[in-house]
Amino acid sequence: MRAGILRSPSPLPGFGLSFGIMMTVLSIVVLLPIGALLGRGLMIGPADLWEMLNSRRIWSALSLSFRAALIASLFNLVFGLMLAWVLVRYRFWGRRFIDAAVDLPFALPTAVAGIALTALYAPNGVFGQALAPLGLQVAYTEVGIWVALVFIGLPFVVRTVQPVIEELEADLEEVSATLGARRAYTLRRVILPTLTPALLTGFALALARSVGEYGSVIFIAGNIPNLTEIAPLLIVIRLEEYNYDAAAAIGIAMLIISFAMLLAINAIQTWSRRRIGLV
Amino acid sequence: MSDIALTPPVPVTTEPVLIRSLLIGLSLVFVALFLFAPLVTVFVEALRQGWGATVDALRLPDAQAAIRMTLTIAAIAVPINAVFGIAAAWAITKFDFRGKAFLITLIDLPFSVSPVVAGLMLVLLFGANSTLGGWLIANGMPIVFAFPGIVLATLFVTFPFVARELIPVMIEQGRAEEEAALTLGASGWRTFFTVTLPNIRWALLYGVLLCNARAMGEFGAVAVVSGKIRGETATMPTMVEMFYNEYLSVAAFTLAAVLAMLALLTLLLKSLLEWRHADLLAATRRH
Repeated sequence: MRAGILRSPSPLPGFGLSFGIMMTVLSIVVLLPIGALLGRGLMIGPADLWEMLNSRRIWSALSLSFRAALIASLFNLVFGLMLAWVLVRYRFWGRRFIDAAVDLPFALPTAVAGIALTALYAPNGVFGQALAPLGLQVAYTEVGIWVALVFIGLPFVVRTVQPVIEELEADLEEVSATLGARRAYTLRRVILPTLTPALLTGFALALARSVGEYGSVIFIAGNIPNLTEIAPLLIVIRLEEYNYDAAAAIGIAMLIISFAMLLAINAIQTWSRRRIGLV
Repeated sequence: MSDIALTPPVPVTTEPVLIRSLLIGLSLVFVALFLFAPLVTVFVEALRQGWGATVDALRLPDAQAAIRMTLTIAAIAVPINAVFGIAAAWAITKFDFRGKAFLITLIDLPFSVSPVVAGLMLVLLFGANSTLGGWLIANGMPIVFAFPGIVLATLFVTFPFVARELIPVMIEQGRAEEEAALTLGASGWRTFFTVTLPNIRWALLYGVLLCNARAMGEFGAVAVVSGKIRGETATMPTMVEMFYNEYLSVAAFTLAAVLAMLALLTLLLKSLLEWRHADLLAATRRH
């Protein structure tokens, strides 16, 4: 096995053991399950898959999942950039605390975030009551889904952009200022282009996570078919009806979206590495 | 004294004070509204009917069974993932073989798959209506709606955590130290335990910490695979949902508060690791 797979010999031991463990766990946990889903899809056949997907309820759910993820990730793009900039560039009381808190959505279980957001934005909740006089209802509408996905996606943008801001060279900004550029011009023409690949990567990561998000959304969404029913919930509903083929059809559609986004993220990183040598 | 009034210098490599204060203020408001408010709500709602009700909620048999379940799942899934992560990092960083980049993409894949789709895959593979599942059930080893399924679902969603943290650290450390140890006559295992492991221990701990947080908090994948059977396969997050849907608000938020405290503990340990050992972690590497 060693000679067949290895590209060049290594004096270090343990290739067979470590490679074996890796491939065994990878196969059981990831490859076999993905194969089961794709295999099911092949058994159903493309024509029948399309037939099953071609319903108003499924298109509504898929487009809602994608649209809400897009809106929330765009929001996070702006506020994540602001937060990352403030955390790296400015010194203020409580900065480290805020910095640590940015990872809260990574650490807090999604179901906990879901019921907490629902309690806040429900008509009798603190934010719900404050927004009601303005005619805004968040809980049990699409806006509620946006709020949940903003919570989920925020750390992706901040944590991707932050290290790149930290490594920005001060001389570039000084040169730009010396040459007569105003600060706003420097920010727009010198700093923003350098941050663009990281911003795109963070945006794509947040998007990929938000499209498939389930736990934080289902409590606040209201789950009305065709209106606030997200695609993962539809899978759960089909599974509870033991309609495995229909569930597999939606699952395959979502898997294709995931693969496409994974490819997009890889492409962005390759492009940025070639362009400025930063990831 | 000169007549020329000295104007304060215009900042050229930072923003004017007004804009700085505005951005800081906006960030604080944003974090307070979007991050802190939900967190505080969990504890407020858990204590809404006083400490007595909260303590009673923790004594519910369903809650206790769920806590035991979640701890057991994490105790099994996290070590498996750590062993996988170390093996994968060793194979990937110490040897050159074909298809390495593709392999790394496969390891990353679970991060971009919806947890519900992950659960669905396991149901299709091991469910009663599949060949493999039917055989396993006939032989007394049900996977779906049973303990092994929850472990597999947890392993799937936490899959890249340890490997992802170890691979960049071990690439940076290279192979020279291990090669020196071997040349000096150390065995392979001895080299690993006395040379490699001390170099990667903080990164390993960091990966395990994140892996554990996700393992205890996973909802979507576990909800699909476990069948949410009370006292049998219900974990803390799925029990939170069931309490909540039964309008047992205090019970739901009490269990949620326990999870939130675990999340805060994770954040605290994570920050400590980042401050103390920033140079030894992939996530915070400063060049």
